[in-house]
Amino acid sequence: MTVLLAIVIGVLYAAALYMMLRRSIVKLIIGLGLFGHGASLLVFTAGGFVPGRPPLVEPGQTMPEAPFTDPLPPALILTALVINFGVLAFAMVLVKRAYQEVGNDDLNEMRTTDT
Amino acid sequence: MSLTLLLPLVIPLATAVLCLAAWSSVRAQQIVSVAGGLAHVAAAVALVGAAWREGILVGQAGGWQAPYGISLVADLFGAAMVLLGAITGLACIVYSLGSVDERRERHGYYALVQVLLFGVTGSFMTGDLFNLYVWFEVMLMASFVLLALGGERPQLEGAVKYVTLNLVASGLFLASVGILYGMLGTLNFADMAVRVQTVERPLLLAITSMLLLAAFLVKAGAFPFFFWLPASYHTPPVAVAALFAGLLTKVGVYAVTRVYTLIFTQEMGLTHGLILGIAGLTMVTGVLGAATHMDIRRILSFHIISQIGYMLMGVGLAGIALARAAQVGGAEGAALRSAAALGLAGTVFYIIHHIIVKANLFLVGGVIARFTGSYDLKRIGGLYKSNPWLAVGFLVPALSLAGIPILSGFWAKLVLVKSGIDAGQWVIVGTALAVSLLTLYSMTKIWAEAFWKDAPANAGAAGADPAALEAGARFGRWATGGPIAGLAVITVVIGLGAGGVYRYAERAAGQLLDPQGYIEAVLGVKAAAAGDAQGAAKDATRDGEVVTP
Repeated sequence: MTVLLAIVIGVLYAAALYMMLRRSIVKLIIGLGLFGHGASLLVFTAGGFVPGRPPLVEPGQTMPEAPFTDPLPPALILTALVINFGVLAFAMVLVKRAYQEVGNDDLNEMRTTDT
Repeated sequence: MSLTLLLPLVIPLATAVLCLAAWSSVRAQQIVSVAGGLAHVAAAVALVGAAWREGILVGQAGGWQAPYGISLVADLFGAAMVLLGAITGLACIVYSLGSVDERRERHGYYALVQVLLFGVTGSFMTGDLFNLYVWFEVMLMASFVLLALGGERPQLEGAVKYVTLNLVASGLFLASVGILYGMLGTLNFADMAVRVQTVERPLLLAITSMLLLAAFLVKAGAFPFFFWLPASYHTPPVAVAALFAGLLTKVGVYAVTRVYTLIFTQEMGLTHGLILGIAGLTMVTGVLGAATHMDIRRILSFHIISQIGYMLMGVGLAGIALARAAQVGGAEGAALRSAAALGLAGTVFYIIHHIIVKANLFLVGGVIARFTGSYDLKRIGGLYKSNPWLAVGFLVPALSLAGIPILSGFWAKLVLVKSGIDAGQWVIVGTALAVSLLTLYSMTKIWAEAFWKDAPANAGAAGADPAALEAGARFGRWATGGPIAGLAVITVVIGLGAGGVYRYAERAAGQLLDPQGYIEAVLGVKAAAAGDAQGAAKDATRDGEVVTP
């Protein structure tokens, strides 16, 4: 399972970087989205999880039974996902406004502020 | 949790909420903002005072004890950063009153500034790595909107680059948070600092920490991650640019300083050697970039990068000196340890000096453009004759930035160079001195072109832009002159009272070099001295390995 997830994370990162390096600003947004997903999945995988062992406390117990999935990484991911969602929504609007202003979706046309 | 610790966070948040509540009245928002800014400064002064008297202040959010809850921590370094953030915020808010156009003001400008200050203050006070990520995002989100607010073409183009690179940095940050959690099982700074001492493969941890370093260096605008900065910082209104220039990159430097003095101190020869190398390259690329430009805001943007190098230099020097001290021991080791303390004190002093000076230079740049209608040095001139006080307002921060004696920048550089000499790092000392000469060149370039030479013949045409003139009419003299004069006075006071500021920086550096003090303050003395066998074993190995001044 971990190996499979590691491969998925790798593919996500690779796809994200590929998309970000394209010239279209729409693909840039897709790349940023994938990049965030890769990072979230990495947090999930690196946090260590035990398949089929949710951290649920049985009645009468005070702790879940010994090998259980750490609930903190999913909580971190939830926070990160919400942040990612908001930021990505902003980025989409920004890209749309930039497209209207520049009249082109080519990143190479957005060079007037470069040094 | 004590009120002293909470107020610097609550005030900007409350001010932002009030500004949003008063959406329809720009006047009300202005009044609330200035009042909030003043209260923020007052709360920050109280925080610094409390941190000076009582040592490290700690609060646990919701009463959940560390490491399970989120800790708020204000040591001397963090408290000083909070105060500098509040001062810069107030100066920029007041400056905005007379310089930001009404369209921006109507679209939540003042609320956004407060949210930005909220995020910056939170970053300086958190004691938790994931919480730091969240504060970064709060700050970034506000900065994205502030950068793009107004919707001019250069702004949008700059914002696309700024947003992209900062989101990539955030992604790297999040990934490294995940991996570090997997390795250490905690994200509380103090708890991490305890657990790294027993980690099995310290080299692996140090390499993992490089991912975190990269994320922070992007935020700090250090070599080779700085490209977003000169592409975007000159596009927004100058009050926003000054706020960004003063604070945002320094949050990155603060984060590097925090984690590389508290947590990742196992392989200091390696990690801090890298930081030192990056510091040198950052200084050189920044100052050379500035030398090629003729636009005031672009010159100043590149100087931010170059100055970041000086701040990182202190951290790198401290690490290298400590790593060498651990090898040699004896009298030489003691000398190296004091060089390390000097290096960190230099970093703290440099940041204190730099935030004030840099924000001020941007504000002066804005006034220059208002008077002449352009930021382009080729098209302006003669300001010394027409506005001698503005010339003084420029000269103080400019000379301070270059490190002319008596002004604050001189002492900051002196401490760093002394530390470098004591640590025997001649290359970085030479680089620092050469770069400060080139900084002087850039500042004299602005001085000669904008102030000294006569206004070029076509300057009238440049300044006759009716929109600029109309905006200039409502350009409040006090609103813009006040912050510039105030920040210049602070620069001079830091210079003249360098002894006092240095004592503060020295104590702050002492706290940074003593992770044990931080750990005990956050986890509670009892937890640190707990009698369980594992804790005792940790303490034993720690005494053997970690150097305390």
